[in-house]
Amino acid sequence: MSLLELDGIMKHFGPVQVLLGVDLKVEAGEVVALVGDNGAGKSTLMKIITGIHKPDGGTIHFDGADISGHSPGEIRERGIEMIYQDLALARMQDVASNIFLGREPTKRLLGTPIRMLDRARIEQEAEAMIRKLGARVPSVRHPVGKLSGGQQQSVAIARALTFNPKLVIMDEPTAALAVREVEHVLDLIRELKRQKIAVILISHRLTDVFAVCDRVVALRQGRVVSDEPITQTSMNAVVAHIVGAA
Amino acid sequence: MAANEPSTAATVPQSGFRADRFSVRLESLLVLVVLIVALSFLSPYFLSVSNFLNILLATSVIGVLGFGATFVIAAAGIDLSLGSVLALSGVVGALSVNALNLPWPAAIVTCLAVGAFCGLINGLLNAKAGIPAFIVTLGMLGVARGLGLVFTNGQPVYGMPDPIVFLGQGRPFGVPMPVFIFIGVAIVAHFVLAFTRFGKYALVIGDNETAARAMGIRVERHRVALYMVSGTLAGLAGLIFLARVNSGDPTAGLNYELTAITAAILGGSNLFGGRASVLGTLIGALVMGVLQNGLNLLAVSSFYQQMAIGAVLVLAVWLDQVNRARGQR
Repeated sequence: MSLLELDGIMKHFGPVQVLLGVDLKVEAGEVVALVGDNGAGKSTLMKIITGIHKPDGGTIHFDGADISGHSPGEIRERGIEMIYQDLALARMQDVASNIFLGREPTKRLLGTPIRMLDRARIEQEAEAMIRKLGARVPSVRHPVGKLSGGQQQSVAIARALTFNPKLVIMDEPTAALAVREVEHVLDLIRELKRQKIAVILISHRLTDVFAVCDRVVALRQGRVVSDEPITQTSMNAVVAHIVGAA
Repeated sequence: MAANEPSTAATVPQSGFRADRFSVRLESLLVLVVLIVALSFLSPYFLSVSNFLNILLATSVIGVLGFGATFVIAAAGIDLSLGSVLALSGVVGALSVNALNLPWPAAIVTCLAVGAFCGLINGLLNAKAGIPAFIVTLGMLGVARGLGLVFTNGQPVYGMPDPIVFLGQGRPFGVPMPVFIFIGVAIVAHFVLAFTRFGKYALVIGDNETAARAMGIRVERHRVALYMVSGTLAGLAGLIFLARVNSGDPTAGLNYELTAITAAILGGSNLFGGRASVLGTLIGALVMGVLQNGLNLLAVSSFYQQMAIGAVLVLAVWLDQVNRARGQR
């Protein structure tokens, strides 16, 4: 059984059919590109995997368990992390709080059953994660909103990788980055693959896709129109799938 | 991992103490100090222990309401029903011992329960039914006020058992009981907002609701809980009021929500969520209390006091916006 198996995923918003039965499999340690024009349903499909949207039909299996309809918190617990295009950061909160968002370790207040945030641990581990990623962030106590775009990206990445995920979904992770930072993200994807962590990469930049992915899946009008190993396709062929010319 | 350059990563200062979790907006503290100094010169009666205890006593109800407002504002909500819920809680609390002849602890329980229930309704209508908080709590402002009047025929319910009167009028060590309650609630509320997951999630929801949801925070449930906190605190404020005046008054707390929200904003909480401080609200409430006390001592008509409260609210929000505009690169 694959790490992730989507089977016949359907989704509509009111009268608009966004996904019309999508099948997708991702193996452990595999890097899969998901490409498609705007409105093809990529982001909706990913938000169904992460539990933000509930599918109208179809099933999702992850790591052998049926996770269809589970909440975002439960799905993160099982090891699926997503780096959102808008990064989904709380801009007035500091770096450490953002990295541990939703998973803050707590400790007892003076031995009572009352639990409080374990700030010391949160800061130390956030610091360690930032250091491990080689990111440049002034301080883990710095509000995220005051950081540069690249630094904010680092915080979002650190958050996704801190809890040993099995699958990381990245939605246009390089769209807003400078050339040097793009290379950094691509290196990161290669490193994840080495650690047997699966990646789904949503990207409009086909050069990035061909640089790091094993397989490329094209979505068009809510359906998978092609699913090919990267070695057996070309940029022209992928573009043709995206625009529906082939 | 992917470290292709030497890392000059984040640094954690050595001390475990985080000053920023006790920080209040400097401006509000400054305003408080300036007010106190100015009034000390303007009125010979201002600067005394007994007058300061008076100020604390007069601020206790507004302060407790302000703490409730702070929790809701943290999550980018608003609770306009605070004053009405205060009145309804007090009235039902008074009736529970007075008309239903229940033992005195019933007054405490019913005050808090009525407040919590109003908060629950606010929260459910806002978070689950998706009606804007402004509208939901404006509706509750009318309904709770009206219910209190209906239950009492518009007349105050006089005569509370001694233990309840003690809560409002007792003076252990010369300090009024409501001041103890006020300070105690401030400590607990500050702890919850600044040091627990519950408080952190309130701030995160106010900061970026979509992110909060994506990270697994149960936003709707949390919202309901926050309105229940502010409702319960309004119920507690209703109990203090009831105990102080020895009667459940359906007209109590008129426009108090305005003063309470002003105190929170004055204390540095962001009206649009993401930033909120209970200590700040404490300072803000004291500014309002000192202002009111000073105007009283200077024999300024209470009509002008209303105007002062309204002006301070606008001024506080304006100051905040100027500050933030300067803070952005």
